[in-house]
Amino acid sequence: MKQQPSQISSLTTYMLSVRDDRDRTAFALLFDHFAPRLKGFIMRSGTGAGQAEEIVQEVMLTIWHKAEQFDPERAQVSAWVYQIARNRQIDVIRKENRPLPEELGEDPSAEPDASQILAVEQEAGQLKDALLKLKPDQRDIIEKAYLGELTHQEISSQTGLPLGTIKSRIRLGLEKLRYELKELR
Amino acid sequence: MTAITHHTPDALLAAYAAGNLPQPFALAVAAHISLCLDCRAAHEAHLVSGGAVLEASKVEAVSEGLKSNVLDLLDAQVVEKKVYQRSGIYPGPVMEALKGKPPRWKSLGMGVRQSILSDGREGSVRLLYIPSGRAVPDHSHNGLELTLVLQGSFSDETGRFGVGDIEVADQSLEHTPIADEGAPCICLAATDAPLRFNSFVPRLLQPLFRI
Ligand SMILES: [Zn+2]
Repeated sequence: MKQQPSQISSLTTYMLSVRDDRDRTAFALLFDHFAPRLKGFIMRSGTGAGQAEEIVQEVMLTIWHKAEQFDPERAQVSAWVYQIARNRQIDVIRKENRPLPEELGEDPSAEPDASQILAVEQEAGQLKDALLKLKPDQRDIIEKAYLGELTHQEISSQTGLPLGTIKSRIRLGLEKLRYELKELR
Repeated sequence: MTAITHHTPDALLAAYAAGNLPQPFALAVAAHISLCLDCRAAHEAHLVSGGAVLEASKVEAVSEGLKSNVLDLLDAQVVEKKVYQRSGIYPGPVMEALKGKPPRWKSLGMGVRQSILSDGREGSVRLLYIPSGRAVPDHSHNGLELTLVLQGSFSDETGRFGVGDIEVADQSLEHTPIADEGAPCICLAATDAPLRFNSFVPRLLQPLFRI
């Protein structure tokens, strides 16, 4: 398995081993972490256990096949897996193909910037802590929003939603994107 | 390219990240994100929030065979979904809706043209081609309409909208968007209501008009 600076989370390290070395042991460890969480997450929106496992299987296979799109300097592993899970759920349950933004033309094999990876992870960690500290009814609203159970009208009427707590990461991500685009020109 | 000044509202980005926008809006938002770094970053931030919800989810044990099933399938051939690239003024998600072909324009009169990408229960999405000085065709005024400029610009009482700008209009907004001087304005217009045509087209003709 890859040697990364010790502060980088094990999930990111596993994911990079899957991406760069097609490491099956690392993939199995990712399965152990994500499969039960994904199943719980998918079942919360009313999907039965059987169909939930079918979706878990597809999500895990997508993680393997699309690993080259994983960029730890922009997305933390759970955020990346979340997006795949929501896309698969929509494909399977609504039989719809969700329009996705263009991928940025970057070279993910470029030497990873550990400090940027750490910053992304740190902010994601803070966000998760903030979520866990919310009052139950507030946390419930956030969970409903990201489970896809609230319409955009319902989300915009929730004034107290701490959706803006990640502004610092937004800035961080933006600076990096601007820098990269300058490089491309 | 001039800077984008009209962005996707945060609630729409959050609903898009959660996969809970009607298909026509999802297309408009995906196309805007393809053109706008600010909204790309804001969307990614919502994915981080979604990831936090996933991490905090109650764990449900999976069946015994699932892991070995998945591991056995790693080498199976997968059918790659076709990825549509940007083509000219049309971002990737719009090219996907066009199935990789150029728009099939139909005249709406006065030099204005449209190309319907989809029209159904979830709403409609179409491309509009508006010569300089002409009005953008009547909106449904029956729900929300997102208009993303792909070429040229238009202006109305609320401001000027150039390439990459997205206008969010609900029924409370009384406005008359007019294409500015210069190249014809081409925009992507998405509504969550079925299409309603200008009053000069009798209602009964609507189905015919689409052929
Ligand atoms: Zn924007």
